[in-house]
Amino acid sequence: MTNDQIKHAVLQIIAVIAPDEDLSHVKSDVALRDQLELDSMDFLDIVMELRKRYGVEVPEGDYGQLASLDSCVIYLAPKLKDK
Amino acid sequence: MAQTHYDVIIIGAGMSGMAAGIRLAYFDKSVCVLERHYAAGGLNSFYALDGHQFDVGLHAMTNYVRPGTRGAPLTKIFRQLRLTPEDFGLAPQHHSEVRFPGKTLRFNNDFRCFVQDVVDNFPAQADHFVRLVKHIQEYDELDLEAPPRSGRAVVSSFLSDPLLTDMIFCPLMIYGNAQERDMEFGQFVVMFKSIFCEGLGRPREGVRRIITALRRKLREVGGTVRMKCGVQALNAEGTRITSVTLDTGEILTANTILSSAGYVETMRLCGTDHATLAPMEGRLSFVEIISILDQPMKHLGHDATIIFYNTGKEFHYETPKNLVDARSGVICCPDNFLFDKPLPESMIRLTCLANFDGWNALDEPAYLRAKTEWLPKIQQEVLHFIPDFRHHVVYTDFFTPRTIQKWTGHLNGAVYGAPEKLKTGKTPIENLFICGTDQGFLGIVGAMLSGISMANLHVLKRAHAR
Repeated sequence: MTNDQIKHAVLQIIAVIAPDEDLSHVKSDVALRDQLELDSMDFLDIVMELRKRYGVEVPEGDYGQLASLDSCVIYLAPKLKDK
Repeated sequence: MAQTHYDVIIIGAGMSGMAAGIRLAYFDKSVCVLERHYAAGGLNSFYALDGHQFDVGLHAMTNYVRPGTRGAPLTKIFRQLRLTPEDFGLAPQHHSEVRFPGKTLRFNNDFRCFVQDVVDNFPAQADHFVRLVKHIQEYDELDLEAPPRSGRAVVSSFLSDPLLTDMIFCPLMIYGNAQERDMEFGQFVVMFKSIFCEGLGRPREGVRRIITALRRKLREVGGTVRMKCGVQALNAEGTRITSVTLDTGEILTANTILSSAGYVETMRLCGTDHATLAPMEGRLSFVEIISILDQPMKHLGHDATIIFYNTGKEFHYETPKNLVDARSGVICCPDNFLFDKPLPESMIRLTCLANFDGWNALDEPAYLRAKTEWLPKIQQEVLHFIPDFRHHVVYTDFFTPRTIQKWTGHLNGAVYGAPEKLKTGKTPIENLFICGTDQGFLGIVGAMLSGISMANLHVLKRAHAR
């Protein structure tokens, strides 16, 4: 996956988890939590969806790496490079 | 051959069991939900008699918020179960009332109206009440570690008028308190927010609509539901359940068991001694009279959705000495929600505290006689608050704590379960967890949140940690 594809994949997951959120203006370099109403249940779901869709494992200690779209790209790029 | 091993077996196709099942199956766990009854829903279910459709449980769904309201429990449920507000089709209430001798408090789904009404009716308590509300809104009721505190003690430390205290407790206790006389403060906060701060709503089709949505979703995500399939025993070896014996004698196995049958009920299935468990049983149950009317109550000039009433000097929330305590209760008019079209049949539901042991001890003729005797007494009591509807009644059904125990398997027909809640869901057995009524969140929204959070905590997060 390219970096843009990873961002798109994460946004698609958020759209499924939180269909009531407007995702058209999400900034890549700002924490998702500061732009969207996402709680710890929702973050668990982002991780669970990554596993369900792409077979990617994110250990609990690494949840912080998913804070913004940019940090998602940095963290997920090596894991998704062959997907 | 039919599958006999699952990642997770869930006991009970009620709101919590189905919600847990949806979460687990969605994330690719193999899930089997076992339900003894032929209808799903558990404590919130439905039935038909002589061509009339009735709901059990659901008068109204608490926690009503407009679709998309951020951070609200109902929004969390839609997100977690991948459902939409259209799946439940909730219509808001008109308004509801708390009626005590000489005083009425009104509330609707706009919390500010309730605050204003309290201030107008109890001007001397205005500052106290505003401080109480602030304390409630800042309180973290989801903290599973918070020590239990007496709700009455906390509320009385803010309010100095016992009448106002009773009037606030009345609806919150009747709609979600398993403890007699007092209510744990965290539970009080949950109910205060869900009824007063958020509000009440109902699908036009009643509880069927919710159950249908949950069953459809559970099927879509690949969960199995087996109806008319009771559990006879949970077979433990050491501290693990190794297999589940069904009423038919069939044996299933699972890595994890989630039970919504109630804590005492579940531990009995494991063979735990009855006497050890007896003190933990819930006691509070209700009778309900559902009458089909030839016209909606609003044609008789009554537009309140729900009235929580009390005719005594004080409000008593405890197992009655007689079969029924008609001094307080609920008058629910399902027609008085703001539906887009009228209900197919108008009805009124009257609910009062009742004594399980009393009803259960009666033989069949005496049981029927007792119903005939209590029907007019309860009707008479509620006529203090609503227009006389009796000559508009075309059909009546009357259910008792005995009916509730029979159909739900909850001991003593205790609709809110055991007084002591098991917030973590853990049992002495390492792969057996409790969800639903005895885990701690009550009501339909609470039950679904319970199933969701127990599935997340004990299965999805653990699988992930491996």
